[in-house]
Amino acid sequence: MTDTLTPVLSADWGNDRAWTLKAYEQTGGYAALKTALTMAPDDVITLVKDSGLRGRGGAGFPTGMKWSFIPQDNPKPKYLVVNADESEPGTCKDIPLMLATPHTLIEGVIIAAHAIRAKTAFIYVRGEVLHVVRRLRAAAREAAEAGYLGENILGSGVDLELIIHAGAGAYICGEETALLDSLEGRRGQPRLRPPFPALEGLYASPTVVNNVESIASVPSIVKNGVEWFGSMGTEKSKGYTLYSLSGHVKRPGQYEAPLGITLRQLLDLGGGMREGSQLKFWTPGGSSTPILTAEHLDIPLDYEAVGAAGSMLGTKALQVFDQTTSVVRCVLRWTEFYKHESCGKCTPCREGTWWLVQTLQRLDAGEGKSGDIELLLDLCENIVGRAFCALGDGAASPITSAIQYFRKEFEAGMHTPSSWAFPPEASTLFAQEVKA
Amino acid sequence: MTLSEVTISELRELASRYPEARSALLPMLHLVQSTEGNVTNQGIELCAEILGISAAEVSGVSTFYTMYKRRPMGKHHVGVCTNTLCAVMGGDAIFERLKDHLDVGNDETTDDGKVTLEHIECNAACDFAPVMMVNWEFFDNQTPESAIEVVDKLRAGKKVQATRGATITSWRAAERVLAGFEDGLVDQGPAAAGPSLAGLEIAAEKGWSAPSANEAKAKPNEVPDDKVGAVEQADTSRAESETKDEEGKK
Ligand SMILES: Cc1cc2nc3c(=O)[nH]c(=O)nc-3n(C[C@H](O)[C@H](O)[C@H](O)COP(=O)(O)O)c2cc1C
Ligand code: SF4
Ligand code: FES
Repeated sequence: MTDTLTPVLSADWGNDRAWTLKAYEQTGGYAALKTALTMAPDDVITLVKDSGLRGRGGAGFPTGMKWSFIPQDNPKPKYLVVNADESEPGTCKDIPLMLATPHTLIEGVIIAAHAIRAKTAFIYVRGEVLHVVRRLRAAAREAAEAGYLGENILGSGVDLELIIHAGAGAYICGEETALLDSLEGRRGQPRLRPPFPALEGLYASPTVVNNVESIASVPSIVKNGVEWFGSMGTEKSKGYTLYSLSGHVKRPGQYEAPLGITLRQLLDLGGGMREGSQLKFWTPGGSSTPILTAEHLDIPLDYEAVGAAGSMLGTKALQVFDQTTSVVRCVLRWTEFYKHESCGKCTPCREGTWWLVQTLQRLDAGEGKSGDIELLLDLCENIVGRAFCALGDGAASPITSAIQYFRKEFEAGMHTPSSWAFPPEASTLFAQEVKA
Repeated sequence: MTLSEVTISELRELASRYPEARSALLPMLHLVQSTEGNVTNQGIELCAEILGISAAEVSGVSTFYTMYKRRPMGKHHVGVCTNTLCAVMGGDAIFERLKDHLDVGNDETTDDGKVTLEHIECNAACDFAPVMMVNWEFFDNQTPESAIEVVDKLRAGKKVQATRGATITSWRAAERVLAGFEDGLVDQGPAAAGPSLAGLEIAAEKGWSAPSANEAKAKPNEVPDDKVGAVEQADTSRAESETKDEEGKK
């Protein structure tokens, strides 16, 4: 039996000066790199493929397989780009990882670059996290000084240059093709696919884009092996992962566990919901994943089971809301976010999110018109599948799922403002203080 | 103000760090903000000239990203997260109180030029909600009172320390780090705090850990080894749209 919590990535976050090379090496850091450098690149790919590691950025695509798509007979340079844009509402795992142990990510980057034979790698980190950018830059500098980056790494003949690149505030740049455009110094708008990044990515060259957590998981797999990784998790969702708990719970935070743990288990570990509160709804993997309710407390949080429950595991961002919360208010706020972040490239999303906000604002203010719920569903139907990228689908998720589970609250929006039925003060962290 | 020779050479240096110079445009605009206080016309023209593209192109890029400001900024940027989770946990109340207290609206600067207030989107710290950022440094678990205390100190020029980060410098100094230049403050602040350590602390209490490499035995392997299987297992439309048509790419 594996333990309920299995800290791997977070294991050293409490250590003194964990962000430094010295601290990282003291806990065995860069040993996996030494092993990987003795392996043929294709063997590294096979290892990661066999481990069953699936992308932790939201889609769950097998990481090793993605690497194997890079055409090695293509004469162009190959690139590795780490997606550290972490902006999906609710998602808060990559940032603490890079803040505490940036070298875990950098070690993973070097191993992954070796596997796909990239000589240049990038970490595209969102700009709004200054201290994380500092930690990444310092870690890259330290790694280069120690010979882990640069030419002829540890005498292996492998070369790698790593560039830390800060973005400038745009959620859409987390979408991998928009990220590539942004990294080329353009507006971050999604690209038409095909061609896929594996063939024509950055500078029209073969490119792998992976999430921070995916890449940071690689050293542990190289170090401990495929059997070890697969001893955690479920048959199809292997390994450990970071679950991020936030909202009306006693102990929000990062919980690293084998894939397949339930929300009930996670809540129990942290002492449950806050005082006097009952679970009303939650997102399993960020705001783009359809909301779930208390009836879903026992579904295993893996790709298959959450999918079967009508949502998606996404980024494993568990945002938990209690009975004091207006679902209409939440859905409106998320929709305002999507409208603001819509890149404007395609009409269904650009116009659709605008209309969605107009309609939801009415309902939130208690001034909804009859037919507004149908209008919302109609608008969503027009976006889903017609939008150019997955942001559009994501925008519809909270709306359709909230109407499915809480239709009455939307109906109440025809006559009662959400703030009457659910006074916002009662939902706050400092609810006591506000009342007093 | 005119951009100094030093800045111009630093802009060129940024451009030289990338396989293709244009990739440096975002960092270059951060650097322009750090010396000029916002993205100025002169800064735009200079970036365009260095990269060999038109000023209109640079301008088009700068307006796409919310961190680039066309209006002069205050000494400090204060961002209050009002995305859903933080809003519900108190971010809305904090933002309202700050607007009131500072007598500014969204994206406006106080009369003394010290603070520009803005509501921001999810800053990847939801387990610390409600979250406020000062010059993009974390101020976790805020209340209206604690937020007011922070901005008052900023306006009075007193020392302010981020909860997970360094001593507050200025928005311009922060922009310089984002552009690509270290400022020596990396060793301030903790590795992790509070909620980041929740699972780790519980595991330690219970004596839980990941298995050791030799005791581990994997479950039967059902990992697909072809693309079709992988797409069937990838559970999201996001995954599908990103992989489905890969069939056609070869
Ligand atoms: C609107 C949108 C935003 C996204 N934001 C992120 C992000 O911030 N970080 C991330 O890793 N992936 C994000 N993704 C997913 C990426 O497109 C891509 O699937 C991922 O980086 C692949 O990495 P993985 O295979 O390691 O998961 C986003 C996708 C969309 C459609
Ligand atoms: S769906 Fe939205 S974000 Fe995606 S390309 Fe269309 S307008 Fe842009
Ligand atoms: S919602 Fe505020 S940090 Fe995520």
